[in-house]
Amino acid sequence: MSEPENGRRVAVVGGCRTPFCRAGTALKDFTAVDLAKHATVELVHRLNLGGNEVDAMFFGQVLPSPLAPNLAREVSLLPQFPKHIPAASVNRACSSANEAIAQGYHQVEHGHADVVIAGGAESLSQVPILHSRRFSDLLIGLNKAKSARAKLSLLSKFRPKDLIPVSPAIAEPSTGETMGQSAEKMAKINRITRDAQDQFALRSHRLAHAGTEDGRLAREIAPIFPSAGDEPVTTDNGIRADTTLEKMATLPPVFDKRYGTVTAANSSPLTDGAAAVLLMSDEAARSLGHEPLAYIRSYAVAALDPGDQLLMGPAYAVPKALERAGITWSELGLVEMHEAFAAQALSNIQAFESREWAEENLGRSEAIGQLDWDTLNVMGGSIAIGHPFGATGARITLTLANEMARRDFQYGLISVCAQGGMGFAMVLERR
Amino acid sequence: MTAVAKYVEEGIAWLEIDLPGEPVNKITRGVRDELAPLLDGLRSDDTIRAAVLISAKSGSFIAGADIDEFVALKSRDEALSLVTLGQALLTKLTSLGKPVVAAIDGACLGGGLETALACTYRIATDDPKTRIGLPEVQLGILPAAGGCQRLPRLIGLRRALDLILTGKQLPGKRAHRAGMVDELVHPAILRPAARKAALRLAEGWRPRRGRGGITELALEKNPVGRKVVFKTARKQVLKRTGGHYPAPLAALRAVEHGLTHGISAGLDMEAAEFAELAVGDVSRKLVQIFFATTALKKDPGVEGEAPHPKVVDNLAIIGAGFMGAGIGGVAVSQAGVDVRFRDTDLRVVGRGVRAARRILENRLKRRRITKPEYRRLVRLLSGGTDWAGFRRADLLIEAVFEDLEIKRQVLREAERWAREDSVLASNTSTIPIARIAEALSRPERVIGMHFFSPVEKMPLLEVIVTDQTTPLVTVTAVAFGRAMGKTVIVVRDCPGFWVNRILAPYMNEAGRLLEEGVTIETIDGAMTKFGFPVGPITLLDEVGLDVAQKASGVLHEAFGPRLRPMEGLHRMTDDGRLGRKNGRGFYRYEQGKKRGVDEAVYEIIGAAPDPEVPSQDIVKRLIYAMLNEAARALAEGVVRSPRDGDIGAIFGIGFPPFRGGPLRYLDDIGAAKTVETLDQLATRYGDRFAAAPVLRQLAERGGQFHPET
Repeated sequence: MSEPENGRRVAVVGGCRTPFCRAGTALKDFTAVDLAKHATVELVHRLNLGGNEVDAMFFGQVLPSPLAPNLAREVSLLPQFPKHIPAASVNRACSSANEAIAQGYHQVEHGHADVVIAGGAESLSQVPILHSRRFSDLLIGLNKAKSARAKLSLLSKFRPKDLIPVSPAIAEPSTGETMGQSAEKMAKINRITRDAQDQFALRSHRLAHAGTEDGRLAREIAPIFPSAGDEPVTTDNGIRADTTLEKMATLPPVFDKRYGTVTAANSSPLTDGAAAVLLMSDEAARSLGHEPLAYIRSYAVAALDPGDQLLMGPAYAVPKALERAGITWSELGLVEMHEAFAAQALSNIQAFESREWAEENLGRSEAIGQLDWDTLNVMGGSIAIGHPFGATGARITLTLANEMARRDFQYGLISVCAQGGMGFAMVLERR
Repeated sequence: MTAVAKYVEEGIAWLEIDLPGEPVNKITRGVRDELAPLLDGLRSDDTIRAAVLISAKSGSFIAGADIDEFVALKSRDEALSLVTLGQALLTKLTSLGKPVVAAIDGACLGGGLETALACTYRIATDDPKTRIGLPEVQLGILPAAGGCQRLPRLIGLRRALDLILTGKQLPGKRAHRAGMVDELVHPAILRPAARKAALRLAEGWRPRRGRGGITELALEKNPVGRKVVFKTARKQVLKRTGGHYPAPLAALRAVEHGLTHGISAGLDMEAAEFAELAVGDVSRKLVQIFFATTALKKDPGVEGEAPHPKVVDNLAIIGAGFMGAGIGGVAVSQAGVDVRFRDTDLRVVGRGVRAARRILENRLKRRRITKPEYRRLVRLLSGGTDWAGFRRADLLIEAVFEDLEIKRQVLREAERWAREDSVLASNTSTIPIARIAEALSRPERVIGMHFFSPVEKMPLLEVIVTDQTTPLVTVTAVAFGRAMGKTVIVVRDCPGFWVNRILAPYMNEAGRLLEEGVTIETIDGAMTKFGFPVGPITLLDEVGLDVAQKASGVLHEAFGPRLRPMEGLHRMTDDGRLGRKNGRGFYRYEQGKKRGVDEAVYEIIGAAPDPEVPSQDIVKRLIYAMLNEAARALAEGVVRSPRDGDIGAIFGIGFPPFRGGPLRYLDDIGAAKTVETLDQLATRYGDRFAAAPVLRQLAERGGQFHPET
């Protein structure tokens, strides 16, 4: 039991998420708002919320729909709640839900709120597709044009190719490099072999499968009942129980056909899903009769030059978070690390364990820590489970808190890399 | 005390109606007596250029004519003079020589709409309380203050008939679209909008109203087309009413006469038809039912000082099958509560959630709710296989398989997860609630809520109380049932409760007739002719043969040979025939549509259909079986009053409303005559027709079930 330096202790009381499904599959007809609402309604039931006790909501989303730009407010207007719960949507790329949780943490810590719902959602089946600039200009111009002549003149400038839509790419605007290209680059620089990446991915699938089978993952999931078909969607559908190294080895590299090592099998898939956790002040948790799973001990964010190794952010954020927590790596009982790509995860692990890297980049004389593989992503990670950008951070937080409570481990670490060269790290403590 | 205030501004006379001491405005003798001289004054006052008719009560323009005046009518002549007075008043309005604006916020019904129709211009608000229509036929009369004349002239014949013949009420927006009102505004600007319209009208401006399209021209603007319209309408009315309700036909005659011979002749026809209907038996019965349901809506469900019902925000439903899903869907769509389903199989939960969702989708399709409302409501449906959310529930309803042990078991389990103050309800049609309650640790919180299937269509709910049920639990269940839009009767805990109890002998008798060789068509035909919406054999298919079999078995066991069910029913279920729900019953079904009698069933039930079998006494045997049982059950105190008994039969079974319900019907026949008929039937067909002791007593003493009116 540690005393917070200032402010109140913040408990992770519980949470809930939708199944994570590969984009274009079981959840393709649901918007991110639908998914976030579904996870939240189930959270209300599972944690016996009345609705009135909730003071604020924060949700992460990376690609919001222009039709519902503030997803969090849509969620806080669910009929289960009074209409006066303020809500903000946040974007810190793939660590958006972590950011939402961090904001909730601050609200509770400062005493601005006692109970907060924080989470995130993404539908990569329903990314907003945009019109071309020229076509948008035409539509807006037609709306404003007063005379038929003006309209006609605008229409005469129309070309069929203006109709080609623009869809958002998962690329770094500052460098033009896609995430996959970044991962490929990191694999090369850090000499992460194809075999090591495939081994890592296989591990993710096996552990996720085991976690699903024994019910630890499954119990975090709120089944969805789609309008079509009779089967409820109860589990993540990207997890491959039967995959093997041999099968993975047959896949061609995606980003560098010739020398590349990053394949669809050792990357996280485009995914639909939502997750939410319930945060409370310690006093609120006790007075409402909840047994906290864990407490938030510290967190940190970091950013590096996106032109450098884009997904190396965690290697900078993690030592900061540990330092703020006042603990060392060796005290961690569990580590939940977002697996955008096996190459990225392994690159970061290499950095964690490297004295040279710490010397060069952090000015420290010792490595951040030595990873005990038995503590890492014990129920698999994003490669197997999937990665709805805005939701992943809340899934990881929920899984870590649940597993810390189950094993009764004192400290756990969250590590998430994000677009823009950012990294997010958080330390949870059990007591 | 005055009901109409008048003040003048800018040459506009504002007539403001505010009936003292009443929640709503209605056209009473007093209002008429005040309005008439006011209108005469306006006519002769040259400084006044236009008038506005408006209500000082928000949410009520004029809700209609005073129903008490109408009920008090003793003769045709009285009725004729009442309606003539009303017509004369509105004629004053139309012949004012100055434009009049009706500014409508809230209920504008019956005489209220007829008043508005006599104005030059109508503005309505888009407030949800604004309802516009001519509901007269629902009370067995017709719009007789010019409604049958002015509405078709304003909005076209077919649209007008649709409103007049069904009595349906439109919200402001739809009334505007239909052309009944000229403007639709937010309530906050009703007065300024009315002022503006009055000033423009005073300057001689007149609104341009739609002239209708080609169909209107072909069908409505010439005598030949109109004949077609009237013929079709008459056919539809006859089909819908079975010829038992004279009012819509009278309205049709009044509309047609007016269009053929002019307004004044039409008004005379309206008046004559009204006078006939107003003192007629059908209208009397419909008015009694109207009063009974109005009184029921205010009845807390317990005698004496009633506690305040507990607020139900969260509902848990155990069993997500057909009934559970129906209850959940209606609870969400009508009462807007949070519904949590629980079933052992997640697939069943999913089916239940989807079925409940479909109820909302249908309401969306029929424009009863908007898209945003749908999106909000649909989120109130969730479920799982565990007991998550059960601590939140204020009310729990079990709708699992009809089996005492299973029901006890799930409620025992549910009780462990529920709060101590939550109400536990069992949706059962046959199992005594006390037998379920005795297995629980808080029997005083247990109650029966017997919904009828399909829940979204059937308007009745029987709330069943045991000796231990606390008044708070009763009023909570009653209030919630009402919030679900149900007509609720409180019933004592005994086998079959009320509805199934009185239905059983009727159904059994139908079964006997079948076994005697009477054809299915003959039986069903006889009862629909009597006025039931469907015949007993069709009803069996609708209810489900397994359900009916179970219910009749329970009643047979409880009451002995008097309620012995038909022999062949179990052979039907053995054959896998469950009725409409599995598409196989006494009738054939194709894609959910009833096709015709399945001739194979005669052999299954061991009957030889013979169209030659004398079918005399069919109606008598069926109806008297029901009447006799109703009298018996009422005497046992199964329902709290003859009012509840009649309403239960009408809304639960479809007992012909124009006959007023079984107990009202008994009163009409008279106890002595009833006993005489029952004695004959007993001699001819057996002891089961032995008259109930209460009937014999009434026959000897002279008297009736309902208090004399």
